[in-house]
Amino acid sequence: MTTTEQAPGQTRRIRISRRRPGAGRARVDEFDVAAGPDTTLLDALREIRSHQDRSLTLRYSCCHASCGTCGMRANGREVLACVTPLASLGSGPIAVEPLANARVEHDLVVDMRDLYESLEPTGRPLIRQDEELGGQEEPGPTFARYEDCLECGLCVSACPIAGSDSAYLGPAALAAAWRSVQEPRGADPSDVLAWVDDEQGCWRCHASFECTEVCPSGVDPAGAVMALRRELTRRKIDQITRRGRQRR
Amino acid sequence: MAALAHVVVIGGGATGAGVAHDLALRGLRVTLLERGELTSGTTGRHHGLLHSGGRYAVGDREAGIECIRENQILRRIAPGSFEENGGLFVALTDEDMDHLNPFLDACEACGIPATVHKAETARQLEPGLNPEVKVAVEVPDATVDPMRLVLRFFATARRNGADLRTFTEVTGLACTARTVSGVLARDLVTERDYEIAADLVVNAAGPWSGQIGQMAGVTVPMQLSPGVLLAVRGRFCARVLNRLHSSADGDIIVPQRGLSVVGTTSWVVDEPDVPPVPAGHVARMYAEGSKLVPAIAAAERRAAWSAVRPLVGGGAASTGRELSRTFQCFDHKQTEGVEGLVTIVGGKATTLRAMAETAADVVCAKLGIDAACQTAQTVLAPHGAYYTERGERYDHD
Repeated sequence: MTTTEQAPGQTRRIRISRRRPGAGRARVDEFDVAAGPDTTLLDALREIRSHQDRSLTLRYSCCHASCGTCGMRANGREVLACVTPLASLGSGPIAVEPLANARVEHDLVVDMRDLYESLEPTGRPLIRQDEELGGQEEPGPTFARYEDCLECGLCVSACPIAGSDSAYLGPAALAAAWRSVQEPRGADPSDVLAWVDDEQGCWRCHASFECTEVCPSGVDPAGAVMALRRELTRRKIDQITRRGRQRR
Repeated sequence: MAALAHVVVIGGGATGAGVAHDLALRGLRVTLLERGELTSGTTGRHHGLLHSGGRYAVGDREAGIECIRENQILRRIAPGSFEENGGLFVALTDEDMDHLNPFLDACEACGIPATVHKAETARQLEPGLNPEVKVAVEVPDATVDPMRLVLRFFATARRNGADLRTFTEVTGLACTARTVSGVLARDLVTERDYEIAADLVVNAAGPWSGQIGQMAGVTVPMQLSPGVLLAVRGRFCARVLNRLHSSADGDIIVPQRGLSVVGTTSWVVDEPDVPPVPAGHVARMYAEGSKLVPAIAAAERRAAWSAVRPLVGGGAASTGRELSRTFQCFDHKQTEGVEGLVTIVGGKATTLRAMAETAADVVCAKLGIDAACQTAQTVLAPHGAYYTERGERYDHD
């Protein structure tokens, strides 16, 4: 488990939604795991996989909320398992399910294809300009750094619109689109703006802010949607004003 | 027909990714087996440091030379995958200053570009740095996303025909008369067991390589050396910060996205699954990390985890730091008279391409295939292609 030097903790019961190809509906399997104060949900699932049921399938990689692979729902809430202590999930049994609004392949593994395909038209920024570090009197060189978005899909899973209408571009793609507009780095963002200026684009959002709530990396997709709307509105007003001037 | 030679690669980490990509480019038929998701072992959990080689230049010159050469190649073949931030080796004490000249000499000998900054310049470059800084040496370190770089190798390998099978566990090797002729696999999703025939099997299972070797009755001389890493919220430096001294605990801080990652410790274990995260090691990361950047002391813990380094070498290593970070390829026909099995182990994520080249050279020589390595000149597919170009694997309805 997470620590070898801690006092023996409690036992937690974990109820995992299991799905197998051809088996129809998911079934729920229960496991008991020993948990210390720092034990994360991912620690517990890896422990189950190593010592109780090798057939449990899930995705994980970095273990520190940087890769975005271990997204799932715990007690109905979207989380990255690697940074979710069991202690933060109440005191009763913990229900673990795959992300919503995505096709479940097996157990906790969902198909990420739709998410990545939705990111493609944005140019899917991966690298961005570093912000300047505070306290610097003279600005130093600007570096390229990774985008905050982990491509984990938590925002799409939490989005009530994506849940009812798969045609909606969704919060991850719209957040990536805003990054392309916000920091075009010499490219013309018109195509991206035209793509999101659609009833299934940034105008479809009902501003429930669930996406921003669950984002593990501070991306604020709902804020990005609002920023896209402002930018589109600004451009339309500019256009009307310019046409008006030309007529005169 | 040699061009249709079939190689089964065991392990979906950086090593297996490199080998699958290299062999597929050379025209071989490749099947890769991974018991979990790709990069779910050591690969995904490393520090996220593209080494300049500076860390090894003094004590492990071979690893230093490998790192700077591969650092430059990876930037060419995986453009856009790195935070192009560079790194500083920082001297904080008089004792650290004693390392300065040997460090600069070693960097020169390895071919690592190194620029010395006076204390004042270093403080301007990195305002979060300990104000006691005496001197800082800038080298071409960089931040890398461990999973996404490796997914680019996998995506490219698949474009070239490699069959990548995740959630597929190796349960045994098919051996007859001291020859490995295939792999016994279990699809963990369908719980179906099957055998895959292979002209040659490459053991690229990282810390699990010893277990795979045992299935054929061979020994892989390696040590399992975990290290604890700590990620805190906040980006406290723009560059990678290293302490200018002999490699020790908690002497590197890598900024990655909105986090700063402090590492690492080093000890030796027997078992590669679920390595422990001793509480004392996390405290040491805080203590040592805040010597480099004082603000680390009060930073919010985001995660602490451990990763198992599969280091080459036998004997009685106590901490793992005395073992080289270079890699080795074992043809088990040469070592123990077992045909059909090659193990590639050791190394760093930074040297994954070179490791793969070495292993693929051995594979091709054994199979009598005359095909040159092309990976140093081949620009990799984007990481998203791994997901968008996946075929259907399971029928749900």
